[in-house]
Amino acid sequence: MTKIEKPKLAVWKFASCDGCQLSLLDCEDELLSVAGEIEIAHFPEATRQVIKGPYDLSLVEGSITTPEDAKRIQEVRRVSKTLITIGACATAGGVQALRNFKDVKEFVSIVYANPAYIDTLNHSTPIAEHVAVDFELRGCPINKMQLLEVISAFLANRKPNTPAHSTCIECKRRGTVCVMVAGGTPCLGPVTHAGCGAICPSYQRGCYGCFGPMETPNTLSMSEGWKTSGASEDEIARVFRTFNAWAEPFRKESETHDK
Amino acid sequence: MTNKKDGTKIIKVDTLARVEGEGGLYIKVKDNAVQEVRLKIFEPPRFFEAFLRDRDFREVPDITARICGICPVAYQMSSVHAMEDALGVKVEGPLRDLRRLLYCGEWIESHVLHIFMLHAPDFLGYEDAIKMAKDHGEIVERGLKLKKAGNDLMIKIGGREIHPINVRVGGFYKVFKKQQLNDLVEQFKWARDAALETVRWTAKLPFQEFEQDYEFVALRHPDEYPFNEGRLVSSKGLDIDISQFDQHFEEEHVEHSNALHSVLKERGAYFVGPMARFNLNFDQLSPIAKEAAKQAGLPGICKNPFKSIIIRSVEVLYACDEALRILENYEMPDPPFIEIEPKAGTGFACTEAPRGILYHRYTIDDAGKVLDAQIVPPTSQNQKTIENDLWHFVAKYLDLSDEKLTWQCEQAIRNYDPCISCATHFLKLEMDRE
Repeated sequence: MTKIEKPKLAVWKFASCDGCQLSLLDCEDELLSVAGEIEIAHFPEATRQVIKGPYDLSLVEGSITTPEDAKRIQEVRRVSKTLITIGACATAGGVQALRNFKDVKEFVSIVYANPAYIDTLNHSTPIAEHVAVDFELRGCPINKMQLLEVISAFLANRKPNTPAHSTCIECKRRGTVCVMVAGGTPCLGPVTHAGCGAICPSYQRGCYGCFGPMETPNTLSMSEGWKTSGASEDEIARVFRTFNAWAEPFRKESETHDK
Repeated sequence: MTNKKDGTKIIKVDTLARVEGEGGLYIKVKDNAVQEVRLKIFEPPRFFEAFLRDRDFREVPDITARICGICPVAYQMSSVHAMEDALGVKVEGPLRDLRRLLYCGEWIESHVLHIFMLHAPDFLGYEDAIKMAKDHGEIVERGLKLKKAGNDLMIKIGGREIHPINVRVGGFYKVFKKQQLNDLVEQFKWARDAALETVRWTAKLPFQEFEQDYEFVALRHPDEYPFNEGRLVSSKGLDIDISQFDQHFEEEHVEHSNALHSVLKERGAYFVGPMARFNLNFDQLSPIAKEAAKQAGLPGICKNPFKSIIIRSVEVLYACDEALRILENYEMPDPPFIEIEPKAGTGFACTEAPRGILYHRYTIDDAGKVLDAQIVPPTSQNQKTIENDLWHFVAKYLDLSDEKLTWQCEQAIRNYDPCISCATHFLKLEMDRE
């Protein structure tokens, strides 16, 4: 009888905080079982061992911000049968995409004594702007239960079950009283992609959109709602410019208010 | 590792494993003398200090959390304390305790991750914790469960374990009734026992003989083991208020490496993190942690960075014990936060991230907009000390086999639990791929 080989998993990092790949190590109850089903072939944060590609499943964290990384992602795509991006950096350019609205040279000079040494691109861009991506998992950070769902779906050769509706739906399911309607607290829940489980409203604060835009969000109406709650134009521009600022619906809405 | 005919030996690790972020190592040895040591960081810069400008002061803790997925609470704590300093607000009593409790959770999850998953495999000769689990299943499982206790505390108090959402300038968005925290009390009684076992287990690991004359730098508080407050002290006589940080420390832009190294202006390299805290604050540990350290052969001072794994375990034990103390004496803060009106000012704060002191300074205007931000993470401060260790370590152990020496150099770096993701907003070394 021939031994069935386990699928090979690779984890890759670009510009990011490490939090999304850490989510895999944060699966304390499931990690050893996952390692039983899948061979961890390339995951520098967790192991010295490197098993050669090609890889059946690549998880990609981080955005593209340097010329070398723009080349490296092409190599990653070449050795990956399935490529899934994890988190807001890989999927929308991340918080570092705030540079995209400014002059990056000025940014370099604020942080570094000798700007000439810094080799960086003007824009921080998501992986899908560079290579074909098979699935994008949202969140800053991702939800680890959704990550397990994505890996399980891959192993079972089915589509991951990660609803694209708004955070509002999750809030209603959770039974949280609406912070915006009942409390007058501005909240991005109506335009934000589900996935976190609507944590912020259950902690008595408005959603700040860390899962990025939902499918077909009505950002215009959202901004009107914020204005009614007393938010200034500048504040509205900033609220769309955090961890998913370069995602198109958020970007366009922020540009409307950035005067 | 490559050996050339002219007697030159190159130790090279393209991608350092089991560290947070992307870095490499390059060491050149010629005629049995170390000629060059470079800790290479190729993690791209992300410019946090630049895009913090023009943000409202209330947004800063959520933004700085994103510097690091492993120690977001440290960034939140340093930023809220610095903002409160700028605004002339002091958060005390039950709110202060709740912050300390949240920080305990982060120390536990971060340290336990390092102890079991990143560091211990080096001592026992495994490439990772999953392989280690095949022979030491019970130990790895206990480690994972202990890590989970830290994360569960973060989830309860912070809302989630990575990039918690409950921290705000002035306090928290939501606080809890005492009975809502009851489950944690039971969990942490178990965790404290597991942490004690962990100290005993790490004390029995095989250690390299390696001691250096370091200058240790940590916070020092008159009444407690330091998390959020204190003066900055060192083992060579430094004793300053946090607002004096820039007068005593500076970031050197090293041309050959393209990196900023943080140094003490008067004396150069210094050492931050668990070992520095332990050596400068041993007397403030709780009795159980103190006793466990003594039993483990560390009666108050340790200069061997390979033994930092024991000290991390002692700190996990302390954090579990301290979390229990806070939980048992908990009173619900009322209200959950102090209302703050913006005003112009400059604020300073330094807190003890799992990896060592994390300094933040902000200047804000009348409307509460950030005009200027400075962040100095622990890994930037240890970088020069890590390189110094490698100089001495390689010189001492040149007779080891190539493979073994390379692995032990990696271990010598992992002694510091470096977080390269944190460091990158200021670090960029040239890539020297031979």
